[in-house]
Amino acid sequence: MARKEEESERSKSFTRRALFLAGGQAALLAALAGRMYYLQIVESDRYLTLAEENRINLRLVPPTRGYIVDRFGQPLARNQQDFRLVMVREQISELDVTLARLSQVINLSDKEIERIRRDIRRKRGFVPVTIRENLPWRDVAQIEVNSPDLPGVFIEAGETREYPYGGVLSHILGYVGAVSEKELTGDPLLELPGFSIGKNGIELKYEERLRGAAGTSQVEVNAYGRVIRELSREDGQAGQTLVLTIDAGLQTFVHQRLMSEQSAAAVILDIRNGDVLALSSVPSYDPSAFNIGLSNEQWQGLINDPLHPLTNKSINGTFAPGSTFKMIVALAAMEMGIGSDYKVFCPGHMQLGRSRFHCWKRGGHGWLNMIQGIQRSCDVYFYDIARKVGIDNISVMAKRLGLGALTGIDLPHERAGVIPTRDWKLANIGEPWQGGETLVTSIGQGFVLTTPLQLGVMAARLASGKAVTPRLARGIRADVAPEFEAPPIPEFESLGFKQAHLDIIHRSMDAVSNSERGTAYAYRITEEGQELAGKTGTSQVRRITMAERAAGVTKNEQLPWRRRDHGLFVAYAPIHNPRYACAVVVEHGGGSKSAAPIARDILLEAQRRDPAVRPTVPLLADTGNLLNEG
Amino acid sequence: MAISGKTLQSPTKNMNLAEKLWQVNWGLIFLVSAISFIGFTMLYSAADGSMDPWASRQAVRFAAGLVMMLCLAVVDIRFWFRHAYGIYFAVLVLLGAVEVMGTVGMGAQRWIDLKVIQLQPSELMKVALILALARYFHGLSKEEIGRPFSLIVPLGLVIAPAALVLKQPDLGTTLVLVAAAGAVFFCAGVRLWKFALVIVAGGAAVPIAWQFLHEYQQRRVLTFLDPETDPLGAGYHILQSKIALGSGGLTGRGFLQGTQAHLNFLPEKQTDFIFTMMAEEWGMIGGLCLLVLYALVLAYGFAIALRCRNRFGSLLAVGLTVNLFLYVFINIAMVMGLVPVVGVPLPLISYGGTAMLTVMAGFGLLISASVHRDIRISRRGVAEQL
Repeated sequence: MARKEEESERSKSFTRRALFLAGGQAALLAALAGRMYYLQIVESDRYLTLAEENRINLRLVPPTRGYIVDRFGQPLARNQQDFRLVMVREQISELDVTLARLSQVINLSDKEIERIRRDIRRKRGFVPVTIRENLPWRDVAQIEVNSPDLPGVFIEAGETREYPYGGVLSHILGYVGAVSEKELTGDPLLELPGFSIGKNGIELKYEERLRGAAGTSQVEVNAYGRVIRELSREDGQAGQTLVLTIDAGLQTFVHQRLMSEQSAAAVILDIRNGDVLALSSVPSYDPSAFNIGLSNEQWQGLINDPLHPLTNKSINGTFAPGSTFKMIVALAAMEMGIGSDYKVFCPGHMQLGRSRFHCWKRGGHGWLNMIQGIQRSCDVYFYDIARKVGIDNISVMAKRLGLGALTGIDLPHERAGVIPTRDWKLANIGEPWQGGETLVTSIGQGFVLTTPLQLGVMAARLASGKAVTPRLARGIRADVAPEFEAPPIPEFESLGFKQAHLDIIHRSMDAVSNSERGTAYAYRITEEGQELAGKTGTSQVRRITMAERAAGVTKNEQLPWRRRDHGLFVAYAPIHNPRYACAVVVEHGGGSKSAAPIARDILLEAQRRDPAVRPTVPLLADTGNLLNEG
Repeated sequence: MAISGKTLQSPTKNMNLAEKLWQVNWGLIFLVSAISFIGFTMLYSAADGSMDPWASRQAVRFAAGLVMMLCLAVVDIRFWFRHAYGIYFAVLVLLGAVEVMGTVGMGAQRWIDLKVIQLQPSELMKVALILALARYFHGLSKEEIGRPFSLIVPLGLVIAPAALVLKQPDLGTTLVLVAAAGAVFFCAGVRLWKFALVIVAGGAAVPIAWQFLHEYQQRRVLTFLDPETDPLGAGYHILQSKIALGSGGLTGRGFLQGTQAHLNFLPEKQTDFIFTMMAEEWGMIGGLCLLVLYALVLAYGFAIALRCRNRFGSLLAVGLTVNLFLYVFINIAMVMGLVPVVGVPLPLISYGGTAMLTVMAGFGLLISASVHRDIRISRRGVAEQL
């Protein structure tokens, strides 16, 4: 019986404890239900949002970059479809078989196959691995035909920038390239792999206009970032088509004409509105090389080339203007009250203190008035009047004509050059101005430095008497052609010269080219009504020693190229009602006779083509200030 | 007859097969099948709406498990009583064999390759240990249980497999083993102060044992205890699991529509995180339904334990029920971020062969205890004459 009681006692104890366990379990299960309530009801919205954020990825769709066209709509920079061959590993069952088949179609080298295999190992199975870039059209067709045998191999279309004119326009257009660390602004578009932005030239200057706005695409992705499907898409806005003032035909002509020299720069612009019709600097470079990617050797070759092919010498090269500066001295003198009939006797030199300043012509020019001084480019005449005018007045006049300051051309890396004054010398050299330096300045030597574009602007301002300012962008192309309307001509302000003074300058430059004793008579335009008026310039790059002078001035042709004089020529045409202004600088050309024929050919070609009067592409009405984002 | 007249057949008389099948708890089997069916649908969804590779194989295993369960259920409970120790030691040897020849799986030695089936002896041990403990405590009188000496043997029965499993290292299974064993001790009538003593002693032993661990082992344990120290691993998984659960809301995102699961944000969705996937697709309603089904199964287990008239059967039923509860609770608490991530599957639902086998074997024994509830077993294991 005792045992039975014990049994019953134990049974009660067991029941108690088992029920206690069951109750505990029920409580814990209730706790799970409570947690479920908290997560799925109380916090549900928050987690739903997180789940959507996990799942939905906003992707940027890069915009198509805007074209750049010349004034007649000729494309200068456009986008070319390029084809890239890629493979997706997870869609390929037998990699070896696929690679072998591919090799039969497009001839893969062992090195390429090795790289592809390496890439495949590194990347996740669904990430496309590039087999080859810039696939030629023939290969694209071959792959497409064989596509049933090549599962997992795809052709991806992308866009690369193409410059149909190559080196002819490379200094103006610049180039595009991958975004560097420094150029990141926080705009996610810039962080897209493979996105290119303007690095130089117009591409850089009008980047905002050309870039356009990114579109967005909502895609569903899985945990590995793989895109499952596109949920919605918002198209971006393509970049605007930028119309330049350039005439591609004339530009090509100018570029090819300059190619006769080792290193030269030229500009021709429309005097009435400042449109730069051609702006060239040789040697140049092929901008598409920057797209494909330069090798280190190619890059080193470009930057170490003594002829500086990467430098746009027309705006970034500074040269002593030489005798092309003389009109400035003459204008300053006339404003000072020195008449054009003021005469000077040139014995071939001028003595100032203990120094002797030579004229380029040994033996001298004899008696000359102002027009003759310019016509024959007599140095002594300008030494004489410069002493009376003084350096500061000459500087003021030079700056009025556009020298010594940025022209404001819409290109990066423009240089201002130097127009010296007394204060400038004190500040920059730390020495007071010497009287002799005024004489040297008057013939465009010494401290004076100008860019070819500034000289072209000077020629335009001398021709028109107005504050001509150059520009390269005309506007944004209108999609729908409106009724033809005259392009907006910027009204330039008058520079305030007396017409009589301008007439003297015009007659002088006319005489330079079109009278037998003019220094550029050999390079005149003979076509009736197209005659040019110009001014020669020769700027020394070395000092001529007394010994040399005594032995007779060495001929330039006998000097090494690097020590030869620069040749310069500024001109406008036609003489009556001038429309085109031109400046040519031939680096180490050996004197103005290298530059003058080039300027003549350019002006002749310009008048033959006459781009300033032919109808141009329609523009959007309100393209007032292109550089201020509107 | 000392016992009530309710008992129709003599407990000494062996029941025939038909009688046994009549006694089988078909309601419990129905619940188990219902839960398993939910498992198949979730595995179907986990494979993005395909029977392959999981749902079909799981269904085959379940069918096999069901047959095995019925076989175990009709085997006389005295058979299990007699062979409890034998089974225990056989599994213990297997567990030891894992140390020697086990292949490394999931970062720890857990599997033993029998060519036909990949065996996970630590799973089998959960059932074997309960069998052995139930037999041991069955044979003790109340006074004997009160003696501290008599606890040495059962403690040894627990510590031997626990140490082996811990060495794999598989802290999760170790804890389940110890906790289920504790429940058997508890229901066998071991005094509460002894539990307190063991807990205090165990707590004191931890810092000492810590000294003997290699640095990489210590780091592994720390990561296990605090997954946040491994933000791209376990911490990320738990966060994604909570997002999936929370986004399910009340009614869920719909069958096959769970974005977290189908876009692979959810890790191990066919095994450890299958409850998350279900709650994402079927919402709180679905999750609660499953919890209720489990609660009913557990209630069955306790009812069997209470109705059993032999201590062996009662203790076996309690142990197996607590074991099942631990699986369910740890798994669901883990995916909800309530306990650290441990590799504990959701019984009957998670994809996995050994787990299904063990769970079904456990149900088989549970039903066996129920079928043979009126059989008395002497302390030495023979049916008593009354």
